[in-house]
Amino acid sequence: MDSLETSKGRIHSTGKAFAVVLWILVAAAVLGTIGASRRWWLPPLASTQGADVDRLFYLTLAITSLVFVLVQILLGVFVYRFIATKEERAASWHEHRGLEVSWTLITAVVLTILISMGGLVWAKLHQPPPAGALVVEVTAEQFGWRIRYPGPDEKFGRTAPQLISATNPLGIDPADPAGQDDVVTLNDLRLVENHPVRILIRSKDVIHSFFLPNFRIKQDAVPGMAVEVWFTPRVAGDYPIACAELCGVGHYIMRGQVKVVSQEEFERWLQGKRE
Amino acid sequence: MSAHQTHTVVAHKESFLRRYIFSQDHKIIGIQYYLTSLFMAVVGGILAMLIRLQLGWPGSSGIRPDAYLAFVTMHGTIMIFFFLTTILTGGFGNFLIPLQIGARDMAFPFLNMLSYWLFPPAIIVLLASFFVSGGAPNSGWTAYPPLSALKEAAPGSGLGQTLWLISLAILIVAFLFGSLNYITTVLTLRTRGMSMMRLPLTIWALFITAILSLLAFPVLLAAAVMLLFDRIAGTSFFLPAGLVVGGKLIPSAGGSPLLWQHLFWFLGHPEVYVLILPPMGFVSDILSTFSRKPIFGYKVMVASISAIGFLSFIVWGHHMFVSGMNPWLGTAFMATTLVIAVPSAIKTFNWLATLYKARITISTPMLFALGFVSLFVTGGLTGIFLGSPTIDIQLHDTYFVVAHFHFVMASAALFGVFAGTYYWFPKMFGRMMSERLGRWHFWLTFLGIYATFFPMHYLGIAGMMRRIYSPLLYPHLQPLQPLNVFISVAAFVLGVSQLIFAFNFFWSLFRGEKAPVNPWRANTLEWTAPSPPPHGNWGETLPTVHRWPYDYSVPDAREDYIPQTVPVAVPGARREV
Repeated sequence: MDSLETSKGRIHSTGKAFAVVLWILVAAAVLGTIGASRRWWLPPLASTQGADVDRLFYLTLAITSLVFVLVQILLGVFVYRFIATKEERAASWHEHRGLEVSWTLITAVVLTILISMGGLVWAKLHQPPPAGALVVEVTAEQFGWRIRYPGPDEKFGRTAPQLISATNPLGIDPADPAGQDDVVTLNDLRLVENHPVRILIRSKDVIHSFFLPNFRIKQDAVPGMAVEVWFTPRVAGDYPIACAELCGVGHYIMRGQVKVVSQEEFERWLQGKRE
Repeated sequence: MSAHQTHTVVAHKESFLRRYIFSQDHKIIGIQYYLTSLFMAVVGGILAMLIRLQLGWPGSSGIRPDAYLAFVTMHGTIMIFFFLTTILTGGFGNFLIPLQIGARDMAFPFLNMLSYWLFPPAIIVLLASFFVSGGAPNSGWTAYPPLSALKEAAPGSGLGQTLWLISLAILIVAFLFGSLNYITTVLTLRTRGMSMMRLPLTIWALFITAILSLLAFPVLLAAAVMLLFDRIAGTSFFLPAGLVVGGKLIPSAGGSPLLWQHLFWFLGHPEVYVLILPPMGFVSDILSTFSRKPIFGYKVMVASISAIGFLSFIVWGHHMFVSGMNPWLGTAFMATTLVIAVPSAIKTFNWLATLYKARITISTPMLFALGFVSLFVTGGLTGIFLGSPTIDIQLHDTYFVVAHFHFVMASAALFGVFAGTYYWFPKMFGRMMSERLGRWHFWLTFLGIYATFFPMHYLGIAGMMRRIYSPLLYPHLQPLQPLNVFISVAAFVLGVSQLIFAFNFFWSLFRGEKAPVNPWRANTLEWTAPSPPPHGNWGETLPTVHRWPYDYSVPDAREDYIPQTVPVAVPGARREV
């Protein structure tokens, strides 16, 4: 203990330095985040449903930032203020019912509000899709996205894994008339501006994750399952499809492209693909 | 129990082998676990540096994609299971439990020795995977099938993955032996007067952690055995029908890839509390000691640790919001996840309140304990984003998650390890560590962690996925490259700074100032035993406990601390518990 007592000056300065460093860190985190929001931030939003996701993100960011700043600053203040300088004793105070009840209740209330809002948006995103939505099937494989449109009959042809080959990557049954007009592309997803789309997500081999950063869509593609997501593309343009679940050595190259186009352009493209 | 309590310290003459290698002394076993885990931290740390080398300079690192994935997988596996879990429960748990409850040893010393001696074989099997054909596994520490189940799916899914599963199974058995021991010891070997509500929070945390391990790890063991069967015995627990990998039809049928995820995360989530509860306990005790003030809200702290322990079993689905699981299940897991934030917040407020009106003395353990609080707050808050399934849609499997768990679980737990090391080193080895080097280590590590992991939030928000070999193939991720270079440089500084710790550790081991019995003027029982304690910990009689461990700055008492062994009737001491 003697070694501690003799270095009292050092204890003092190290403690104050900790507080100051903490405050500088808080300032750096706040300024860094403001700076990042100009260049390293959410990709431009291109779907109608994504607005709700972003709103919740910003609300959560506001609340957590406030708590982050307050708690870290307070931690610094307490260390700065109560560093041992004088010989006087610490308080032996170690319980305070009122304080404990209030911070428990405040935390619980804030979290309950966030839970409820999150739950509402989550439920909204999982409502049944509107009738008349465009239907597309996306089948993930190592390391690409097979995109299938049902064609004019609006029915997908039957598939069987035994039929999969280099020329028939999805194993569409040639005997099924519904499959005759199906259009299959690789990594090329075309959607119609302001027209809702239902996407059926499957996988042939391992788990992948269908990630459309601009549309706030992410859904794992799980072999043996078909999971549906739906959304409404709002802004025409080109956007990435990324794989978000580790799927093997080519995980990082599993990139596709979404093109959001007008109805006419879409029809023309689909027609061209069928011929 | 009595057999143990009576076996006192009659001059214990044992061969070197029995004393230091195949020892049944909890302190030696604790130090063995500690040092072996530290070796694994070096391996895991070097892998982290290689990962950052690749991500900083993807074109010119010379690392192949399958090697990169092997590094990612092994870094996570090693740091979580072979470093943090083993050092916290095997290292500190073994060393501290008997010493802090006033026992001569663990309830089952032989089982304890066995537990440690399963650890080196597990390491050998794990590291052997680097040298087999195909290399170490490529499927991440989560090992999701079918990727981890089919040798056709990735180079590392060959023998490397099989070794990984066997290694994990061996280690889990070691954990189970340990957990049984810790629980039994705390329940049955507490010394006279040591009621449950007089236990230091370190022991409460280690006790609840042992219960979590005992209940959660068998589930992973079962899952690992099932996956092993899928790989080598032709079963299909996790494999559905109709898989076509690399143009080849796989003859599997009837399994479900999601089953693995449920089993894995049923362990995986309690596991993060296995890593964070012990540091929470250490930090509570260290904050109190160096604040010279009782821990604020002891009973609520005990209740929070227990509540976190219970709730940790019903939140696993928040890892699976976008897995294809029923969305309504997502809503339920969202609710339980945000509920677990309440006891975590309470603990943070209690730490802050402990500092209020304190008389703080700063030393390296205290710096790391304060750093822990800061890191835990930062990482805890980003958990609120990920616990909400709606926001998780965008952030799941991005660097935001990497940032989150490196703050709340990895760095915070690491700070618990460092705080505990600087604090208990004098008791473990009878010498003090250098304070000057300790401070340097603290500043560089604390700033290094913020500089490395805070910017990862931005990468994640901008959409950079986890576990990608290079982000440069995506035009929208290319602008992030300066940030990735910055993070890599910060990570290298962070990595190199750990050499200061290594030097301090080994230098102090031989050259450190001789430690007094109670260098920090603390109240818990280990500080009444000699530094280092002999076999059996105390002389003829075990200490008797008369009070709780937090009698600091009791008004009118002569000293500003009153050890647990001081009878309440001593003049000047106030009746506290």
